[in-house]
Amino acid sequence: MNNKGRSFYLIPYYLWIALFVIAPVFLVIYYSLFDLDGHLTLDNYVNFFTPVYLKMTLTSFWYAFLITIFSLLVAYPAAYLLTRTKHKQLWLLLIILPTWINLLLKTYAFIGIFGTFGPINNLFDVLGIGEQQILFTGFSFVFVSVYIFIPFMILPIFSALEELNLSLLDAARDLGASGWTTFRRVVFPLTISGVRSGCMAVFIPALSLFMITRLIAGSRVITLGTAIEQHFLVTQDWGMGSTVAVFLIAIMALFMILWGGARKGVQR
Amino acid sequence: MKQLVNAFLAIVIVAFGLMYLGSWMNSNQGYTGKNTLTIYNWGDYVDPAMLKEFEKETGITVIYQTFDSNEAMLTKVEQGGTTFDVVIPSDYAISKMKEENLLIPLDHSKIPNLANIDSRFMNLPFDPDNLYSVPYFWGTVGIIFNPEMTKGIDFSSWDSLWDSRLKNNIFLVDGAREVMGMALNSLHYSVNDTNEEHLQQALSKLNKLSPNVKAIVGDEIKMLLANEEAAVGIVWSGDASEIMGDNDKLDYVVPKEGSNKWFDNMVIPRTAKNVEGAHKFINFMLRPDVAAKNTEYVGYSTPNAQALKLLPPDISEDTRFYPSSDITDHLEVYDNLGKKMLAHYNELFLMFKMNKK
Repeated sequence: MNNKGRSFYLIPYYLWIALFVIAPVFLVIYYSLFDLDGHLTLDNYVNFFTPVYLKMTLTSFWYAFLITIFSLLVAYPAAYLLTRTKHKQLWLLLIILPTWINLLLKTYAFIGIFGTFGPINNLFDVLGIGEQQILFTGFSFVFVSVYIFIPFMILPIFSALEELNLSLLDAARDLGASGWTTFRRVVFPLTISGVRSGCMAVFIPALSLFMITRLIAGSRVITLGTAIEQHFLVTQDWGMGSTVAVFLIAIMALFMILWGGARKGVQR
Repeated sequence: MKQLVNAFLAIVIVAFGLMYLGSWMNSNQGYTGKNTLTIYNWGDYVDPAMLKEFEKETGITVIYQTFDSNEAMLTKVEQGGTTFDVVIPSDYAISKMKEENLLIPLDHSKIPNLANIDSRFMNLPFDPDNLYSVPYFWGTVGIIFNPEMTKGIDFSSWDSLWDSRLKNNIFLVDGAREVMGMALNSLHYSVNDTNEEHLQQALSKLNKLSPNVKAIVGDEIKMLLANEEAAVGIVWSGDASEIMGDNDKLDYVVPKEGSNKWFDNMVIPRTAKNVEGAHKFINFMLRPDVAAKNTEYVGYSTPNAQALKLLPPDISEDTRFYPSSDITDHLEVYDNLGKKMLAHYNELFLMFKMNKK
């Protein structure tokens, strides 16, 4: 009875997975097998291995990697400080608050902030550095992306840090470990799960970013996401767009498997 | 659990309440029954006062919906979820819609005001004899520049963009046809060229432009140019007139080698419910006084010769937006090159984008 009841509750979940996860993936694979004339072909896959798309894949990875690293560098200390503050809930709210604002709106704001006559360049002028081009560079792209993704990195690390048993820190100190050693040997390994899920939550969406590449990087950075958008909306070459998407899915799946494997290694 | 059920019930009640309120508001505004006309147009592309006047004259209630790209419009019309009575797509989208049999032939006897349209803008390649479409606005692709920042560079030729003084100072619009077309024009080829050798030449010429290109952007180009983020931009004339409205230091020119001329036309899709009303609306918009007021509001170039006579000379005699016929004859409309060629254009454009400075 109990067992039956439980599997009954699982039906919506399975339906959801089948309809919104498995079916779309198969549809994407199906579409990737057709060329513009609707012929069944593997040409799209051959086309993917031309320099244009390979270079694009490399660029996507490089930027996704940079975004993840910088997010982590900012988020870890921030999460650490968060667990030590008095008004934790308030600070947490302040970090989550920007995610309530539409992504495009935030991106548009940066066009003004980074512009030639924006506040940053005004500051540079006052400091005597002179006007710099910030907008439409790789730097601005990484900066804005990091700003957008940071809450997704802070939250898992924060909850991992929260679960940390503080008496372990005292124990480490009693046994003569320095602050750095305590962090390296005790705190970091115990919060690695939070770091891992944070990195996943940032790296994977960062691979397929698209609007920001045009708005902030002025199409100077071309990612796989941009290519998919263009194939679906402009050229209506759904086959090629799907092929790029298939590779993106495959690459992401590979990463998740590798990450999962790494976790097992740590536990042993 | 009980709380959850209560919360769920509350949401359902609120949702139904809003639905009822919505339909009540619609019926109050007369949005029910057959006497409505649904117009699907670009955002901010009609004078709302003209819609009011049309409603007053005919007693038809107008529902105005907007799109932001021809592709988005095509998808929605193809789906047929909403029925539109009048749609205003661009030239190449019209030939696509014709191919896909999405349009109803117009009954010219119900549109006597068609005679007001300048004959230069009738019978164009994307719709011979205007069987399906009537011109609404038209324009060109050209160079907008800030004379204060460009220090006397003469932009009457596309080649001026390759000037080394413009380093990192040009915005391009994010459109494969526009950018490739510009490069083809600069080599004295047609914007509709499909010769592979010519296309490759255009690409390598574009790659040489890379150091001068600051960014390739979409609609933001208007804001960026008005804010003087760069000295030069490749834009549609309609955008140019908007930008110049915000910043009158800028100037616009159509280079002498040729360029694209584009049209946004009124059509009636096959799914239209109020075909009679749609004809009435098209005829109304072609009336000289209406077209003139609409042109003043929108700021694009009107193809309506009678309306042009009613406009103040500072608009109608502005040769940047109303070039003479020896120039317009020289400009080309984008042909529908077919999916394959369009994909190829986009791939070349992508290669140009990925070509680092």
